[in-house]
Amino acid sequence: MSQGIVTVSYIIATILFILALGGLSNQETARRGNWYGIIGMTIALLATILGVVERHYEILLVALLIGGSIGVILARRVQMTQMPELVAVLHSLVGAAAVAVGYASFMDPGRLSHFTGAELTIHDIETYLGILIGAVTFSGSVIAFGKLSGRIGGKPLTLPGRHFFNLGLLLGAIWFGREFVLQSAAGSGMEPLIIMTVIALLFGIHMVVAIGGADMPVVVSMLNSYSGWAASATGFMLGNDLLIVTGALVGSSGAILSYIMCRAMNRKFIAVIAGGFGTGGGISASSGSDEDQGEVVPIDAHETAALLAGAKEVMIIPGYGMAVAQAQHTVYEITKALRAKKINVRFGIHPVAGRMPGHMNVLLAEAKVPYDIVFEMDEINADFLEVDVSIVIGANDIVNPSALTDPDSPIAGMPVLECWKGKASIVLKRSMATGYAGVQNPLFFKDNTRMLFGDAKETLDEVLKAL
Amino acid sequence: MRIGVPREIHGGEQRVATTPDVATQLIKLGYDVAVESQVGAAANYSDYAYKAAGCEITTADNIWSKSQIILKVRAPENGETEKLSAGQTLISFLWPAQNPELVKELTDRGVTAMAMDSVPRISRAQKMDALSSMANIAGYRAIVEAAQHFGRFFTGQITAAGKVPPAIVMVIGAGVAGLAAIGAAKSMGAIVRAFDTRPEVKEQVESMDADFLMLDFEDDEDGLGEGGYAKIMSKEFIDAEMALFREQAKEVDIIITTALIPGRPAPKLIMADMVHSMKDGSVVVDLAAEQGGNCELTEADKVVKTENGVSIIGYTDLPSRMAAQASQLYATNLRHLLTDMTPEKDGNIVNSFDDEVVRGATVCKDGEITYPPPAPKLSAAPKKAEPAPAPVVVKEKPSVMGPVISMIVGGLALLGLGAVAPESFMAHFTVFVLACFVGYMVIWNVSPALHTPLMSVTNAISSIIVIGALLQISAANATIMWIAAATVLLTSINIAGGFAVTHRMLEMFRR
Repeated sequence: MSQGIVTVSYIIATILFILALGGLSNQETARRGNWYGIIGMTIALLATILGVVERHYEILLVALLIGGSIGVILARRVQMTQMPELVAVLHSLVGAAAVAVGYASFMDPGRLSHFTGAELTIHDIETYLGILIGAVTFSGSVIAFGKLSGRIGGKPLTLPGRHFFNLGLLLGAIWFGREFVLQSAAGSGMEPLIIMTVIALLFGIHMVVAIGGADMPVVVSMLNSYSGWAASATGFMLGNDLLIVTGALVGSSGAILSYIMCRAMNRKFIAVIAGGFGTGGGISASSGSDEDQGEVVPIDAHETAALLAGAKEVMIIPGYGMAVAQAQHTVYEITKALRAKKINVRFGIHPVAGRMPGHMNVLLAEAKVPYDIVFEMDEINADFLEVDVSIVIGANDIVNPSALTDPDSPIAGMPVLECWKGKASIVLKRSMATGYAGVQNPLFFKDNTRMLFGDAKETLDEVLKAL
Repeated sequence: MRIGVPREIHGGEQRVATTPDVATQLIKLGYDVAVESQVGAAANYSDYAYKAAGCEITTADNIWSKSQIILKVRAPENGETEKLSAGQTLISFLWPAQNPELVKELTDRGVTAMAMDSVPRISRAQKMDALSSMANIAGYRAIVEAAQHFGRFFTGQITAAGKVPPAIVMVIGAGVAGLAAIGAAKSMGAIVRAFDTRPEVKEQVESMDADFLMLDFEDDEDGLGEGGYAKIMSKEFIDAEMALFREQAKEVDIIITTALIPGRPAPKLIMADMVHSMKDGSVVVDLAAEQGGNCELTEADKVVKTENGVSIIGYTDLPSRMAAQASQLYATNLRHLLTDMTPEKDGNIVNSFDDEVVRGATVCKDGEITYPPPAPKLSAAPKKAEPAPAPVVVKEKPSVMGPVISMIVGGLALLGLGAVAPESFMAHFTVFVLACFVGYMVIWNVSPALHTPLMSVTNAISSIIVIGALLQISAANATIMWIAAATVLLTSINIAGGFAVTHRMLEMFRR
């Protein structure tokens, strides 16, 4: 196969990838988009295998088959509530691949004969950057996976002087980069490369360890972005436009998601990355949180059912608690029961509900909740005045009125679902503990709020029975 | 401990202080429950039902002499007090302010007496607020009584036999009873107007879809007294109020009055001349009859028919006329109080004055009169509406200089790069920048609901990095080859896994 055909295939693959992302603009075209992606990937693989690879086909095919099977099994087995973990694991693989390709490329003896002078320098910088980003993505994703799956505690670890530590790592990486470029021209350079890799791995770990649980959606989308930039850097190193374009698409996608998530929390990207949010105690001890907030009014499942049955407009606000309790199916059963009684049930989704962008939507989709009754915060916030009953399931900070009223609150200015404007709210919670932001929630003490304590799944099952 | 529930001996009283349902819950708290035979007969609770709930059915004497806790509706009378002895706890309506002799006698006998009417009006105690429970029933029943004496429909209708005008109901005093009356009248289809001296209840009245009658009165006097109850108003205010009622009396068909000021005779609001100006067949229901009545012509416990055909209903036993419901609510109020007083759930009552509710309700204990309690700390009414907090989120005005500066810096950086970088790099760089831009344009259109599939699909396509490994797998160097093979393995997990899980998720998004 000629180089020309390979290039054309790459162009087709690129276009298909763009169409794949474009297809996700709505639910109807999304499945078609995924197929575009699959076809694009197949074309790119075939063109490369047939047109560029010269030998070791058997190893290649075995690796492809083993990897592919593992991937399919993973995808089949994973629970929808564990999607964030899976995505984090997959990110770490892209990071690892970028590191491996970078090292392999550096070890290729043909490198010195291909490039000279400024080109060699640029090539070395590209290699170096590819490995750097890949390593950060890898270790960061592994830690994110640990945090998301509960293997590592969700509380942020804040070392004293962590900003200086990060700065030190960055300066170290730059200095070893210089060393590497100089030594590489002389034929060596493996040592600085390895040291830098260690630095990058440390940096990735430290960065994610310092970020609190509530910020995980930002972290996951940020790692998504990094995996793209890693692919792009590898593309520069190999002089391959397909990699560059695809990496850039993924990189900008992740960056935009991170931006959207940060905006949904009214926080600066830098502030999230700098970490330390959600430590509780220290910052939240500020104004008003210590004073007596009043009494919460508990409610039981039967009263909840009665309240729901008597309503005309019901809004369901799911949070991470619903994912933890795996309550999405029960939630939908309740929704069906209520809709059968001609009660208008809608879902209000906060952008950062859950541990990953769009996490709640996926869970609700899994439970077969029709997506035309699932609304975004901005679409629905004005409608709360007409809502008779809001059910908050395992969410806290995203329905905290102090974000709007208390300028000293750590979550001040974060847009929240204003369920307290409705006629009544029922909050399902395991206990009176604060959310990830460590802020007390005045919603619980409002006159029109009732607290339904207990495991979300169990209590909702009871509500369903009572209905 | 044993809880005893004797039959109510007050004439016409049909309520009972516990129901089989509530008895079950009291038994769960660790108490033994004994009831007098036929205790709930008038409220349609049979002995059989009590027995099935686990109660002991016995005689009055047995209950009075052998129970540590006595639950009643009405205050003890006609020798009931004599049956109490030291160490017993009595919980019922007592009206200590109106019945000082009773309180004294109970105290002398060493009884611990708790008055359900003295439960403080704080948020936490709402579930024990028997006055509200009873007022709610009284309000509802007032409409039912009115409907019975009113010879017409409540709702308006256009029928083949002509048009039926809707009844107009005026409710004076929008407390718990007033609001219940508004709700009941409204749901029967009447036009409802309501008046109250406390302007902040306007919102509550309007939330029930009734009209709030505004007083043409300049001074912003406010009728809110302590504990959320009304207080006595100035003469000017009352005059303006009277003028309003005089006007309304000519129009409305039914007047429900619920105006009470704690510890005082009911204010006279509906004068004889107003009643005489009402239409033939109209009805006045006076819920304040026991305290003398809001209407001049009211006679307690009677229905008075005036010369011009207006019925004035002065029943003082409205809750008792819905005995089954009233008993259930009252019993539940008692149960909540007992739950709070039985922290260990071991059937032992703890009368601790640290609990504000218990302190407020306890009239006498250990031979000492403890009424009145110290003033409650919190008012049931919301604090004066605080001025709405100014929006805190001040949108920063986007600075024009910021983007301009960053564009200039970016442009200079690009120029600098172009100056030193070789041709081949710049070609790739162009592709890179354009791709970022395309990504930017495409991703903003992605529906937020699909953010998770977006992440998994971008994840799958970012494993295009496999191309790099494929390029290296043909290398002669064995190390490179094996590294490349491992990379192919890793990335193919990603390709297959990413696309497959995206597919799985998208399959779920169905309308």
